[in-house]
Amino acid sequence: MKQPQTSRRSFLALAALTPFAVAATTACGTSGPGASSGSGGASMWYLSGEPNQTTMQKAADAFSSANPNDKITVTYFQNDAYKTKIKTAIGAGQAPTIIYGWGGGTLKTYAEANQVDDLTSWFEENPDLKKKFFPSSFGAATVNGKIYALPNQYVAPIVLFYNKELFEKAGVQPPKTWDDVMSLVKTFNDMGVAPFSLGGQSRWTSMMWLEYLLDRIGGAGVFKAIFEGKPNAWLDPAVIETGTKIQELVSAEGFIKGFSSITADSNADQALLFTGKAAMMLHGTWTYGGMKKNGQNFVQDGKLGFVQFPTVPGGKGDPKNGVGNPAQYMSISSKASDKEKESAKKFFKDGILTETVIDTYINSGSVPIVNGIEDKLNTSPDKDFLNFVYDMAKSAPNFQQSWDQALSPTAAEALLNNIDQLFLKSITPQQFAENMNATLGK
Amino acid sequence: MSNAVSTAPRTATARTGAEHTEKRKAALAWLTVPALFFFVVFAVVPLAGVLILSFTSWDGIGAIGAAGLGNWFSVLADPGLYNALGLTFLIMIVSWLVQTPISLLLGVFTAGSQRYRAALAVLYFLPLLLSSAAVAIAFKALLDPNFGLATGLGLPFLAQDWLGVPHLALGLVIFVIAWQFVPFHTLIYQGGVRQIPKSLYEAAQIDGAGTMKQFFHITLPQLKYTIITSSTLMVVGSLTYFDLIFVLTGGGPGNSTRILALDMYLRGFRANLMGPASVIAVILVIIGLALALFLQRLGGKDKQGSQLEGL
Repeated sequence: MKQPQTSRRSFLALAALTPFAVAATTACGTSGPGASSGSGGASMWYLSGEPNQTTMQKAADAFSSANPNDKITVTYFQNDAYKTKIKTAIGAGQAPTIIYGWGGGTLKTYAEANQVDDLTSWFEENPDLKKKFFPSSFGAATVNGKIYALPNQYVAPIVLFYNKELFEKAGVQPPKTWDDVMSLVKTFNDMGVAPFSLGGQSRWTSMMWLEYLLDRIGGAGVFKAIFEGKPNAWLDPAVIETGTKIQELVSAEGFIKGFSSITADSNADQALLFTGKAAMMLHGTWTYGGMKKNGQNFVQDGKLGFVQFPTVPGGKGDPKNGVGNPAQYMSISSKASDKEKESAKKFFKDGILTETVIDTYINSGSVPIVNGIEDKLNTSPDKDFLNFVYDMAKSAPNFQQSWDQALSPTAAEALLNNIDQLFLKSITPQQFAENMNATLGK
Repeated sequence: MSNAVSTAPRTATARTGAEHTEKRKAALAWLTVPALFFFVVFAVVPLAGVLILSFTSWDGIGAIGAAGLGNWFSVLADPGLYNALGLTFLIMIVSWLVQTPISLLLGVFTAGSQRYRAALAVLYFLPLLLSSAAVAIAFKALLDPNFGLATGLGLPFLAQDWLGVPHLALGLVIFVIAWQFVPFHTLIYQGGVRQIPKSLYEAAQIDGAGTMKQFFHITLPQLKYTIITSSTLMVVGSLTYFDLIFVLTGGGPGNSTRILALDMYLRGFRANLMGPASVIAVILVIIGLALALFLQRLGGKDKQGSQLEGL
């Protein structure tokens, strides 16, 4: 009787201990890439998706084989998944050495929590590197006068795309003023074509309209005051006029029927433009590559037109002002070891935006944020578009970073939610301004 | 413990039955240790963590600061909370009303033994195998007003702005939830129906009861506990509907499908407001517990006994 009982009990004891053992091993396993130390090298998280993923992998491989002691290990994530994952990893102190991002409000939260390194003095030591990039690309990398990120990749302003074929058929010209916009809405609706394509379910797509309208109506200063958190900045009459214009456009059926159930992730909004179901689309220049690839020669046959956002009569904004993404950004985690930080900085200097990478971006229809690339742009088959983007980014008196990136995550989420309701006409422009005003300083 | 075992009388005759049971119980108590351990680590600790977080202000990245009752006051004063609560209960009730009769009838039907029923049952159960995200993406593509099913099949009445009009989006969410979960509850009811002894129906037939009478007087009462189980899963589960709605509508248009679980996620991980999100999480736990207890009460005191007793 005794023997089996003891053995059963030792078995039970073992069973009871197993979870501890499991917990102990898992704890080791989750120490994360940020904790790796020793023989140099740096880890980086980056976005999957082409052509960026291949470009980055090639750049990292080239750098790693040239610098065996500073190997760069890249892990790829999908866009939305990455945004949540990096936030959680940073909060848990397990960020990779190189933190990829969009600058602005999110970078500000990282910097204020001392999670990313101040790179100001490093840029002063490397003046050539700083001079290499568009000056405008540093704005969203700067928090309280200090630079916390390396600008990289390409500039992506938001422009008004249009379907040249449909415009010829209707015998009209692309809009230069807001009155043109409203009259084109009527023209195309009478033709049975939707005036504007919009992936409204994504919400940031609708936001692009507000960004431009507010700039054209009130000038760049209105959003600057909002960004700086000045009291009652959202209650500026220009904000209310912007909201009113948007609701007028919605009421005039300016956007395609069902716009609030279309998402931008599926690229259905681009498809509406190149299949001729919609005549115009306000979107970032990053959609050019996609339309070229999926539009069945729509772009190649020269049917895609592009112009700057129209002016608003009586508006204060400079018609050359642009909005969009001035660049993408990379920061260095303050939790990384000194050796990892050294490797990362070396990679920043020698490995990113090499000649090969610059060529790859140009070939995919993007304008890298590097000065003096005019000659390269001119040899590209997409030179009309690339020069248009380049000139726009270079000559814009003010290039406003997308609002959802510029604002803090808290304010940005409130903004997207209120924009959705504004476009649905479930709140008035006045309510929109008041709701947003309550988020100032958050 | 080890003493208790080693000093145990060697002669079996000296043991009373009660003593034996006590010892067995004591030995078996050790068996609960692993389960308790996991329960504490994965349920009690996070729950306590969330409760503590609900009294702090934290953006998920920087330092955690004390907020006292601030989060609770601000969340309870926020009309968004009541919108989310109302939607959660609306979806819960309508989902129950839609899913229960359908899955009950389908369960009764598929419990039969003819061959074609087995083939049909396989078809009914297919949605059960798909992940919520896949279901949501598929429905989203099918319902696209410009490139979806309506255009493909040339059915203009289908070309509604399904996910863009608040009440349509809400209705659609309820429909897709039902489409996905009816198979699961059908399976539960099928099992329940197959437990009912044939003799009851034979006796009823001898007494001249028709199919309807048999359904209402034998099947339905015998399924009482199955209904309670299925309803509990449905009701408590509806509190946590997240993935499907997140992918399908993201809570929109406006706030028309922003239920409590989604509201919690968006506040916490999109707006970086971990404190207020934790308040919502605590509210969800309280509602979930209250509902589960209420439904168990409905089962009555004899719920542990067999439903076949007295046969």
